[in-house]
Amino acid sequence: MGAPIPQQPGIFVGLIAIARRDLLLAWKRPGDVLNPLFFFAMVCTLFPLAVGPSAEQLTFSGPGVLWVAALLSTLLSLNGLFMSDHEDGSLDQLLVSPQPLPVLVLGKTIAHWIISGLPLVLISPLLAMTYRMPADVMGVLMLTLLLGTVCLSLLGSIGAALTVGLHRGTALLSLLILPLAMPVLLLGANTVSLAAGNEVYATGIWALGAYAVAALSLAPYATAAALRISNE
Amino acid sequence: MDALAMGNYGPYVWSCFALAFIIVVFVEWRSRVRHHRVYRDIEVQIKALEDRQ
Amino acid sequence: MWTFFHKLASPPHFYRFAATLIPWFGIPGLILIAYGAYAGLFVASVDYQQGDAFRIIYVHVPAAYLSMMAYMMMAVGGGIGLIWRLKLAHAVGAAAAPLGAAFTFLALVTGSIWGRPMWGTWWEWGDPRLTSELILLFLYFGYMALRSSIDDTAKADKASAVLALVGVVNVVIVHFSVEWWSSLHQGQTVFKKGTMDADMRIPLFAMLIGFTLIFGAMLARRIRTEILYRERRTRWVKELVLSPEGDK
Repeated sequence: MGAPIPQQPGIFVGLIAIARRDLLLAWKRPGDVLNPLFFFAMVCTLFPLAVGPSAEQLTFSGPGVLWVAALLSTLLSLNGLFMSDHEDGSLDQLLVSPQPLPVLVLGKTIAHWIISGLPLVLISPLLAMTYRMPADVMGVLMLTLLLGTVCLSLLGSIGAALTVGLHRGTALLSLLILPLAMPVLLLGANTVSLAAGNEVYATGIWALGAYAVAALSLAPYATAAALRISNE
Repeated sequence: MDALAMGNYGPYVWSCFALAFIIVVFVEWRSRVRHHRVYRDIEVQIKALEDRQ
Repeated sequence: MWTFFHKLASPPHFYRFAATLIPWFGIPGLILIAYGAYAGLFVASVDYQQGDAFRIIYVHVPAAYLSMMAYMMMAVGGGIGLIWRLKLAHAVGAAAAPLGAAFTFLALVTGSIWGRPMWGTWWEWGDPRLTSELILLFLYFGYMALRSSIDDTAKADKASAVLALVGVVNVVIVHFSVEWWSSLHQGQTVFKKGTMDADMRIPLFAMLIGFTLIFGAMLARRIRTEILYRERRTRWVKELVLSPEGDK
């Protein structure tokens, strides 16, 4: 019957706190949000310039091009996931925090997705329109991008954790993430192509959803392990 | 020379077998060279330390 | 019996043990390969559909099999190294990677060469196995690149172990997703599975076992080099080097 035992903060407190912090930081640096977006738009512009603007070619290649552009843009932005924290020492603080590291990592990854993945999803209809994508296919595109960018942020965080602080880490990061991103790209782009061809595309959506759920539950642990290893 | 021709697929079949041979020999050779080099380096260092004592 | 395995985990014992493994695996392996190649090229009857081109199978299948086995060894070795902190397990991974990459490359090129007369093209994105094998090559490169970019050996071991384990899950996923993808764009020829006559199958088994044996011999040699390098400052290495025989 002594003094009341102080409650440890729940795990979501930590997750939300760190996500808020990252979002706040990104808010102060709009470039973090805008640069990947511009990159996305630029890549989407480059393709018709390179292969010609014929209508059938555009509609045919639209899903693939938009998806590859989204993938490349996410790849670029993943580099900064842990970089600034590593540089100013906050990463070390995260590592010794009493909050479980996978939860903190998940918080960072969610923030990263809101900063770099979600904007892609929101702007995709605009770019899809330039590829003459019909509205219902655009809906499928947005859904696959939504699920897919979540997967990419989560899987990419593993690679980012493995390469944080490494000399020439960016190139290595891309090499590491490419095999992980491949199924996501395959599923996403082809599901949209199926929708464009008026075929059954539900399988792809389910598969992407399953992949996203699996990544959500497993990737933070791998990322946390990788972070601890990188920062010994 | 029927064997060499392999029913017109000769170049394909023989190049595959040749490539397999080349790769295996190459990898084994590099492994031996590497082992030799590592051993020599260590040997030189240790003997230098020994001489100094 | 158990002590035999237990002692093997110690680097100096493994170093000596592996030295005996090399000829005991290598020579039977070479003999089996010689037999398998001869029988596969000259004795096995011609395939009904593919003609003599199918003989590439005697090189392509062992290469593909080894490419996956080497990756499994890398992943399992990494896992054992992470969980039980056995440095030797990490050394196995480091040694296996270049071997696995070489066989993956061989599988890809022989697959491509085989594809040329069969499909009329040097590359076929629609073939799930060829595409998955390409991704496997990227996984190997990523593993080796990560290892070489981390200077501290222990850190490199652990980081690449995590990568290898994540990669194993990914290989399975990649394979299924490419299969789904190629089934969408049907019409692509997959390598014929089907049943094989005995006179075709026996050389294939000989090649498979023979290649696995020489892989084991090559791996043993590379693990010895790894051990030697990692333990270069220990007393047993010093005694080994200073002793009259030296043991290469």
